[in-house]
Amino acid sequence: MIGVELIKLVRRPRTWISLVLTCALPFVVAVFITITHLTPPPGQGSAFLSAVLQNGELYPAAALALVLPVFLPVATAVVAGDSIAGEATTGTLRYLLVRPVGRTRLLVAKLISVIVYVLLVVLAVTFTAYATGVLLLGPSQAAAVVPSPAGGGPVGVGGPGIAGQAPTAGVAAGGAVTSLSGAPLSLLQLAERTGAAIAFITVSMLGVAAIALFLSTITDSALGSALGALAALVISEVLVTLNAATVVQPYLPTRYWLAWIDFFRQPIFWRDIQRGFGIQAVYVVVFLAAAWANFSTKDITA
Amino acid sequence: MSQEPAAAMAEYPRGPERRPAGVIITRALTKRYGAVEAVRSVDLEVREGDRYGLLGPNGSGKTTLVRMLLGLVYATSGEIEVMGRRIPRHAREVLPQIGALIEEPAAYPHMSGRANLSLIDAAGPGGSAGAGGSSGRRSRRKRIDEALEMVGLAGVDRRPVKAYSLGMRQRLGLAAALIRRPRLLILDEPGNGLDPRGIRDLRELMIKLNETGVTVFLSSHLLAEVEQLCTRVGVLDAGRLVLQDDLANLRAPTGRVLVDTPDADQVAAMLDGQVERRDGQQLLIRHADAAELNARLVEAGLRVRAIGPYQRTLEEIVLAVTGTGSDHIGGQA
Repeated sequence: MIGVELIKLVRRPRTWISLVLTCALPFVVAVFITITHLTPPPGQGSAFLSAVLQNGELYPAAALALVLPVFLPVATAVVAGDSIAGEATTGTLRYLLVRPVGRTRLLVAKLISVIVYVLLVVLAVTFTAYATGVLLLGPSQAAAVVPSPAGGGPVGVGGPGIAGQAPTAGVAAGGAVTSLSGAPLSLLQLAERTGAAIAFITVSMLGVAAIALFLSTITDSALGSALGALAALVISEVLVTLNAATVVQPYLPTRYWLAWIDFFRQPIFWRDIQRGFGIQAVYVVVFLAAAWANFSTKDITA
Repeated sequence: MSQEPAAAMAEYPRGPERRPAGVIITRALTKRYGAVEAVRSVDLEVREGDRYGLLGPNGSGKTTLVRMLLGLVYATSGEIEVMGRRIPRHAREVLPQIGALIEEPAAYPHMSGRANLSLIDAAGPGGSAGAGGSSGRRSRRKRIDEALEMVGLAGVDRRPVKAYSLGMRQRLGLAAALIRRPRLLILDEPGNGLDPRGIRDLRELMIKLNETGVTVFLSSHLLAEVEQLCTRVGVLDAGRLVLQDDLANLRAPTGRVLVDTPDADQVAAMLDGQVERRDGQQLLIRHADAAELNARLVEAGLRVRAIGPYQRTLEEIVLAVTGTGSDHIGGQA
């Protein structure tokens, strides 16, 4: 069944269109930066963006920071929201179920297919951004590093006001990339940490995916379930920046979304990363259980 | 005509040998949606080898009943047994042997008909991409070719489904029901969207499959379709099964003869007391033997345009047992 879901994913034009669009955003940004040589000052704008002129190899990280807040969650919510409701609308759901495909199996296969999709998008963004960065912005130059104000120990990344806080990385004289903490990272380390960041970002989307999947079992409208999941995210994003909502912040699905930046510190700052994994696991368990409880007892009338 | 029930009895012995009496059995099956009772205490009995037609006006509960048989909709109360196993508890074991068409057919529009069949086949048990390897793939290919051939889609299976006509989609849905070579077909309104030729093809295919041992259960609101195809009928009316019998029993001799004559007045006078109904030049007469009656009329010098034993049509039978359907406009009575 998982194979069948993956075939459906791969053969669906939507998958590739959304992939191209997501990859296009960092590319367009890179073109503008190349032409104007203007980057946001350190500490402002999207994470890592201020350093990419010195080092094109950092561009994948900057690109991920660009697509993470909006593009990726929207794409995830659309794909996950469509998963059951879309099949119900086209009428294929009833034919799958009488084939028979167990309802639980179908749910799990759908979730896995969403995860594969997110991973595909994140990897595509990373690789195209790497190519873009190296080709347009050039590989790391032996430029003098301006000590970045964010360097030197764990900063408040992931704290209230995430969006406004952009950590910066510089370039060491030897060509190696400096971590956010100032210590140099070898290229191998950079690759490893980018890989870890990709994994973390994929996991970060699981919460949205599970919420959208749950809504997808409730309604037969794919649009409704996608929008419902996005509404949940918007609420979460608003509360994350609201000081008055400090009590609930640790439990919000978007609270640790930017914790992957901590992979680029030396040493890696694990606390928020672990919490990020934890909170996503909780959302997946709760909403997948709810989806299962609803779907397995539901009359399929569509 | 009259030996048909006897043949059926011989084929399906119920005695000490005691096979499960039917392929589909329901007992007091009821489904309530809120305050609405869509299906009320239905006792369905479909026997092996039947071509069973479930009739009823739109909104009489046919689709809900079909969905319950397939484990898509859960019954409020009552029992369902399909091929000797309880539904929905044992749906997983029974469903692989059933081919189903539920309301409209459905397919992934951007894929070809063949790709759709391949996908739906792979989704079933034992159909995962890894299982079976190349021999599994070859058998799937063969079964898909077979199914496409049966429904007459063989030439157009590479076109994307979004380019299919309604009739082609219906044929594809039928092909999807047939790829696993089912022993029982459950078809909800299979004639929808088919042109007259398509309906004839469907009928011939159903009869052919039935002769190879496939039990056919179909729902329809088209009486003529069912009358020509089925051996047994059930009639749903407002959720109740108001009639269930072999068609041959229902259409058994009525002891009436229908006479069409230009000398209707004289005939009526001659057979006074035996005339049950008169409709212009058509007379319905209580008489067992049409040939004998014909001889008498001709002897009396009365002209006869047509004469024959009177059989109730399925339409008359159904209309006699059903009230007005839910989508009839009220106030006509």
